[in-house]
Amino acid sequence: MIHTSGLTKRYGHRTTAVDDVAIDVVEGDRYGLLGPNGSGKTTLLRMLLGLVYPTRGRIELLGCPVPRRVADALPHVGALVEGPAGYWHLSGRTNLALVDAAGPGGAGGGRRTRRRRIEQALERVGLAGIDRRPLRAYSTGMRQRLGLAAALLRAPRLLVLDEPTNGLDPAGSQEVRALLTELNAAGTTILLSSHLLAEVEQLCTRVGIMDRGRLVLQDQLDALRAPTGRVIVDSPDADAAVALLDSRVEARNGSRLVVRHAEPAALNAMLVAAGVRVAGLADERRSLEEIVLRRTGAGTDRVPRVAR
Amino acid sequence: MIRVELAKLVRRPRVWLCVGMLCALPTLVAVLLATTRVAPPPGRGQAFLSAVLSNGQLYPAAALAIVLPIFLPITVAVVAGDAVAGEASAGTLRYLLVRPVGRTRLLLAKLVSIAAFVLLAVAAVTATGYLVGVAAFGFGPGAALGQPGGITSLSGVQLSSSQLVLRLAGTIGYIALSMIAVGAIALFLSTVTDSGLAAALGALAVIVASAVLTPLDAAAVITPYLPTTRWLAWVDFFRDPIFWRDIRRGTELQVGYVAVLLGAAWANFTTRDITS
Repeated sequence: MIHTSGLTKRYGHRTTAVDDVAIDVVEGDRYGLLGPNGSGKTTLLRMLLGLVYPTRGRIELLGCPVPRRVADALPHVGALVEGPAGYWHLSGRTNLALVDAAGPGGAGGGRRTRRRRIEQALERVGLAGIDRRPLRAYSTGMRQRLGLAAALLRAPRLLVLDEPTNGLDPAGSQEVRALLTELNAAGTTILLSSHLLAEVEQLCTRVGIMDRGRLVLQDQLDALRAPTGRVIVDSPDADAAVALLDSRVEARNGSRLVVRHAEPAALNAMLVAAGVRVAGLADERRSLEEIVLRRTGAGTDRVPRVAR
Repeated sequence: MIRVELAKLVRRPRVWLCVGMLCALPTLVAVLLATTRVAPPPGRGQAFLSAVLSNGQLYPAAALAIVLPIFLPITVAVVAGDAVAGEASAGTLRYLLVRPVGRTRLLLAKLVSIAAFVLLAVAAVTATGYLVGVAAFGFGPGAALGQPGGITSLSGVQLSSSQLVLRLAGTIGYIALSMIAVGAIALFLSTVTDSGLAAALGALAVIVASAVLTPLDAAAVITPYLPTTRWLAWVDFFRDPIFWRDIRRGTELQVGYVAVLLGAAWANFTTRDITS
């Protein structure tokens, strides 16, 4: 669905916003783009959509080269870029209708189906009951939902969403995640950027991690979170367990032991057979947070004092 | 896209406020003139103001002359300066472009909507001028015979009503073209900055600079190319026969401005990164 190679964007001579990125989003993916603030996520998304022109490198969006033939791909793409936007003095429905009417009529954007599509999209994002109040009277969460509705309006094959749950409360975020999972099950590919790791962890099947303009990691989430070959054991008889396991214990913190062992079930049986009581036992898995923190530096919003 | 732009134009309260103010100023002048009957002496003050006391049908031309130097360019610059920059600062520009709307199409639609606003404004001022003028000053000599009286042209020859309508139409067209050129300046600046206010003020700065240079003898070399030089050439529509030379030159100049600035706006907008 999306394929780039050597994608680079420089602003002036000094700032390299995106540096030699090769990203690959495959049909059916729920792809999460992670990275600190200022790592180039938004610039990358803008380049994919033809808003920002790359300095170097190639982009293919739904098989069309960008920016040259981006107009052929965009009718099948729904996008939410850097927060929702609209005409403040007009109602939500009017806003959706105006932007829809501005584009080409083909590819599911026809005039005759417009009213029905608008109602459907509003229903999906939980705004079916909005009245004729202008946008300026909307709360942040309502605007975010309206932005999502605009992205869904033409049943796109690909959704590109920049921070889709920004400004939503926990229940609202949950609702949006459920909606995105449902759309994905129905065949929509999703590329979203976020710095909410928990969100990506719950929602995505693949992740790409950006740091200072580079794509430092791209993999299936399951592969990243595979067991590490260590088991965490919680036992009130920790001393007995250490005596039994000896050198296999890599770390100890009170009753909590980190044991190098490939089979949690076998380890459990062994401990219990030796009369060691076990309160808890689990595979050690790295959290996405650990992975991200290990692979990335501080965001560009942190500006420490430089020693002279 | 053009239809969408026109819909946005008429749904914008600011547009109607501008048109309302444009119509209010000539109305105020008419009320003052009608109550005091003190007209500026011929040759001083706005064109036609001295003549309207005797015939209200000439008031549309006087109304246009009142709003043309400052008021009309300000409203056109505000509306046109907001065209692209306003979409950019509201964030709607990126959503229009990924809809997708081609950048060239967007720019053309904006120009059409600016032209529509100019025509709306000029037509509204003309209509208001006619109604207010006739109400305040009457039809002039000949009205007693049960028909609108003839109008004396600036050359002293009587014009019939049908001739007047034709000449007024020419005036509206000429002023509208001049204002579309102002709009083109603001539209170009609107693609350069993300602030609609900056674009509007930039366009006004050009107009003011041109107005300062025009009467300056030392600037005679560039005077023929300044945008405001022939703004008042439409007065020649009210001579008999119509004095075409300045009108034609003015038309060529304004068409040139529109073409060059639209080209510059296109070149800038189609190659620009949209980071708003």
